[in-house]
Amino acid sequence: MQQTDSTRSGPLREEPALTLIHAAKTFGPVVALADGTIEILPGEIHALVGENGAGKSTLVKILAGLHRPDSGDFRVAGESVQFRSVGDSKEAKISVIYQEPTLFPDLSVAENIFIGRQPKGRFGLISRSAMVKEAARLFERLGVPIDPTRIAEGLSIADQQIIEIAKAISLDAKVLVMDEPTAALSGVEVDRLFAVARSLREKGTGILFISHRFEEVFELCDRITVMRDGRYIATHQTVDVTVEEIVKEMVGRDIGALFPKTEAEIGGVVLEVEQLSRAGVFKDISFQVRSGEIVALAGLVGAGRTEVARAVFGIDPYDAGAITFEGRRLKARDPQASITAGMGFVPEDRRKQGLVMELSVARNVTLTLRNKFTTAGLINGAAERRAAKHWSERLHVKTGSLEHPVSTLSGGNQQKVVLAKWLATEPRLLIIDEPTRGIDVGTKSEVHRLISELAGRGIAILMISSELPEVLGMADKVLVMREGQITAELNRADANPESIMHAATSTAGGTP
Amino acid sequence: MSETTTPTSNAPAPEAPLTRSPSTTPWRKTRTAKLLASRDAITIYALVAFLIYASISIPRFASPVTTGFLLLDVIPVLLIAMPMTLIIITGEIDLSVASIAGLTSATMGVLWAGGMNIWLVLAVSVLVGVACGMFNGFLIAVLGLPSLAVTIGTLALFRGLALVTIGDNAVANFPKPLTAFFTSKLGATGIPTVMIGVLVVIIAFGVLLHFTPFGRGLFGMGYSKEAAAFVGIKVARSKFWLYVASGAVSALAGIFWTLRYTSARSDNATGLELAVIAAVLLGGVSIFGGKGSILGVLAGVLLIGSLNYALRLGRVSDVVLITVTGLLLILSVVAPSIGSAIRGWRHTRRVRRSTEP
Amino acid sequence: MSSALDSRKAPTRQPVSRGWAATASVLRLRELPVLIALSVLVIVTYLINPLFLSAQGVKDLLLNATIIMILAVGQTLLIVTRNIDLSVGSILGLVAFGTGSIFAAMPNIPIIAVFGIGMAFGVVLGAVNGILVTVAKVPALVITLGTLYVFRGLNNAWAGGKQYFAGDRPDAFGGLSVDTFLGFPIITLVAVVVVIAVALYMSGTRAGRDLYAIGSDPEAAKAFGIKVSKRVLLAFLANGALAGLAGVLYASRFNSVGATTGTGMELTVIAAAVVGGVAIFGGSGSVTGAALGALLLTTITSSLTAVRVDKFWQQAIVGILILAAIIIDRLASLRTAKKLRISEARNV
Repeated sequence: MQQTDSTRSGPLREEPALTLIHAAKTFGPVVALADGTIEILPGEIHALVGENGAGKSTLVKILAGLHRPDSGDFRVAGESVQFRSVGDSKEAKISVIYQEPTLFPDLSVAENIFIGRQPKGRFGLISRSAMVKEAARLFERLGVPIDPTRIAEGLSIADQQIIEIAKAISLDAKVLVMDEPTAALSGVEVDRLFAVARSLREKGTGILFISHRFEEVFELCDRITVMRDGRYIATHQTVDVTVEEIVKEMVGRDIGALFPKTEAEIGGVVLEVEQLSRAGVFKDISFQVRSGEIVALAGLVGAGRTEVARAVFGIDPYDAGAITFEGRRLKARDPQASITAGMGFVPEDRRKQGLVMELSVARNVTLTLRNKFTTAGLINGAAERRAAKHWSERLHVKTGSLEHPVSTLSGGNQQKVVLAKWLATEPRLLIIDEPTRGIDVGTKSEVHRLISELAGRGIAILMISSELPEVLGMADKVLVMREGQITAELNRADANPESIMHAATSTAGGTP
Repeated sequence: MSETTTPTSNAPAPEAPLTRSPSTTPWRKTRTAKLLASRDAITIYALVAFLIYASISIPRFASPVTTGFLLLDVIPVLLIAMPMTLIIITGEIDLSVASIAGLTSATMGVLWAGGMNIWLVLAVSVLVGVACGMFNGFLIAVLGLPSLAVTIGTLALFRGLALVTIGDNAVANFPKPLTAFFTSKLGATGIPTVMIGVLVVIIAFGVLLHFTPFGRGLFGMGYSKEAAAFVGIKVARSKFWLYVASGAVSALAGIFWTLRYTSARSDNATGLELAVIAAVLLGGVSIFGGKGSILGVLAGVLLIGSLNYALRLGRVSDVVLITVTGLLLILSVVAPSIGSAIRGWRHTRRVRRSTEP
Repeated sequence: MSSALDSRKAPTRQPVSRGWAATASVLRLRELPVLIALSVLVIVTYLINPLFLSAQGVKDLLLNATIIMILAVGQTLLIVTRNIDLSVGSILGLVAFGTGSIFAAMPNIPIIAVFGIGMAFGVVLGAVNGILVTVAKVPALVITLGTLYVFRGLNNAWAGGKQYFAGDRPDAFGGLSVDTFLGFPIITLVAVVVVIAVALYMSGTRAGRDLYAIGSDPEAAKAFGIKVSKRVLLAFLANGALAGLAGVLYASRFNSVGATTGTGMELTVIAAAVVGGVAIFGGSGSVTGAALGALLLTTITSSLTAVRVDKFWQQAIVGILILAAIIIDRLASLRTAKKLRISEARNV
């Protein structure tokens, strides 16, 4: 629609595109934000970092007009504003892109971009062709080949984000907020996103970039603002600080070694996967996991790692191959059989797969034990509660009461509940998919220590991780997948960022 | 530390801990307190309060006659409400129950009129219900079609098949001892003899839902099918059997209906599905799945039944009675929303006041 | 970590034009099955019994479909937003009886005024549903199940045993269902105008598209700034108005109106929408499809009579049609999903 203003004056210190000073927000007894402060200049990419619970999301929601701050000063382009709705925020030319974009699955891509302001044609009715043409033009400008007429359902998260960005451009956004946009993207997709972000910066858009990944923050951003416990801590020029300094400010304390891998005695084979194949998803997957061993499945998002794990556990079917657990063939497509055999699965999406968010902590912990505490087919409630208490205490789950719904817990504590419910089954093999996704730095090392400890007690661990430091820090053996196949099996000694990335990306010598 | 370009004075953050309490409620509820204030408990209180009120102020209410008629009236709803509770807890619905009862009734009529042994007739009728349930279960659990749409379809289909089976005939000459049994009472208590069977069904479903691993799974899958699958709950299989159970129990209700009114017709129990769902929801089962209890539903069914009966005793016109059912249903779902809205409003006001200088 | 990945080339995708054609055909698919079924039904019946398509036969077909068609259009407005109205049959009953009462009290009232009053009455009843759903935030299925009973109870209380017959109403009013214009009964033309108007609103206006967005993802719609409550409330009001219109037309078309008028109609109406390809969980479907679905369901009844099939089969066949519609819809979406997955796989 409108063209963004591409003729910007020089890099002089100009009026900030947006400032928020001392914003506070409480929900009942919960203080979500005590001092939200941020300044975004036109034409800069500004990182906002902090642990989970630091108040970043609340701050973003204030910018988006979803929350109204209880107090504080909020200015857009120098003008004091008070957003009463999302519409007000949009009117002020602020666009927010969430980690999981919120497109309408049944509507076409073009309609998703222009919903609420579709171009009109004859008789004041919406002109579909004008809309599609305009969308195609936006995609061309962004250099992405997305079909504007297809429905949004089934688009990859990366494409969905591009559509959100196209929407922001067509809205002529002066401030673009990206809330952990890269969490679910593969390397190529991240690069594409960064290229788009940089071109927007050149055109004078101010970008707020929220990420847990420091490599990205340091690669992309001009300034970094740190938050902790709902408060503003500091803002730095990126060139002036190091990762360590930022981490220290975020955590407010020194954290020990991030990957406390301890040596564990590696025993016999627990899981053996032979020639596992599923048409179009993965092919000829063979590997072994031994007791006490941490095997990492590395590779890009979409390489088929999670799919292999799901098939092994019995969530998804497979076409050919065999899975042997402690010497016995495992039934396909039967998670209950896998659990009974001694397997546990900590899935990637905690909220949707790992936990039943509305159920209590206790019920979640004992959901895996439904069949264990029964006398004559009936559940023994007291034994069940004891087990729930035992395991949540062992994992230091912080909750007011075991009867609270698990949704009231923080992300890190939720992950502990997931781990608790599997440890309660006393598994011999634990599959852990992205063990620390979306978890703050403090809890992260706690989870790592725990995984290490489990391996030390002889449990076999199959870990899927997209974070290279995690893979390198934790794994005894690294299996690298690419396009549904295992392309490398590396020992701890041979595994390094280069060898893993090479196996994860290159096709026979690499593409130009 | 490096140069900071702080937009504000960077005052050191005070060390006062934030009240980031993970709980939504500021106080700790014990299990018992929570149970006593739960949604189903409220329905039970309402039922008890009403029964006490009616016994005191309505003449002839507190009598064995009341018990008898009241229970005979609610038995079909009570029966079908049991599997319906489990189905709604898993987040699905079954609108075809009354049609299954109708089809069962039609089958009974035709087979009995055709000279089949009565016990065989009853057995076949239950099997018809089971088959209907399997059909629903196949479409919903195996093919994964939306239950609301599927059971609207089978509501028409099964009622249609009932029509095809018996047309607009009615069969009434069932064996006297049998029909008499279905209206007989347990001594002077006024309790219908068939209540024993109904009680067995209620207890079976109550135990199944609240005290077995299967029941635990139903709650889990009502909230999140995906999370349920990850702990080994067989979502599709559980649903399939629930629909089969629903079909079987609907058939029992159809048999009861036929023998109680001594009439096998294709339009028996028409519209009963909505009465059942209304009672289940009134009993505190969440239409979104995941929440509910057999006790609450029991109270819901009896509350509607006794209210209707009391109004009838009070000579309130028969036709106005359904209004009461509707109002109760609306009130039961709207009241909590209004309550939380008021709490929210009060809270905002308090915050406003405290932030004002 | 991503620096090692820079060398990967940008994904290639199929050209836009092919996708365009594919999507367009998928979009068209929704009304296609019901249109085919309707054509086959009409042609086969005609071949067996040519009287089926006589002037009178066509007129009867259209007359029978009119009222369900209007109700299905209103219902579609709601289903598309992930709501539903089970109380339409009760609303129709109340308005139809109200129409009878008005004519009994004021025999000389202009007919147009009766339409106005009837629709306004429908709007009021629709508002009760809409306000309860949007303000109390309770699912429409539960609320309208409640108002189904309440409205029916009010109708019972109001009508008691009383009925109004066609003779109690002016001839011109009844004539609306008898007289034709270019071969079409007047009340059918009213329905056609309703279908066209609402179809244009749904596909050609921003507010109409908002309804699809709301049904597609209510949370996203709210986050996006769409006034969800307002739009849903308006949909309930519109549905009430249409149910009111249908109620007045019912009084014109049928001989008697009383306490039980319209009982059980809600399921036929929802069935018509489902058969017409409206997804029961919102986000997709069109009023044209729903109207065709209504026409198909009512035509079946006539067809069975025309080919002398036992009338008792009618309802069973309706059931089978509904199930077929859901299954076809499912297969179509599975096919689309598969196609998308394959094109997606190419991009990885």
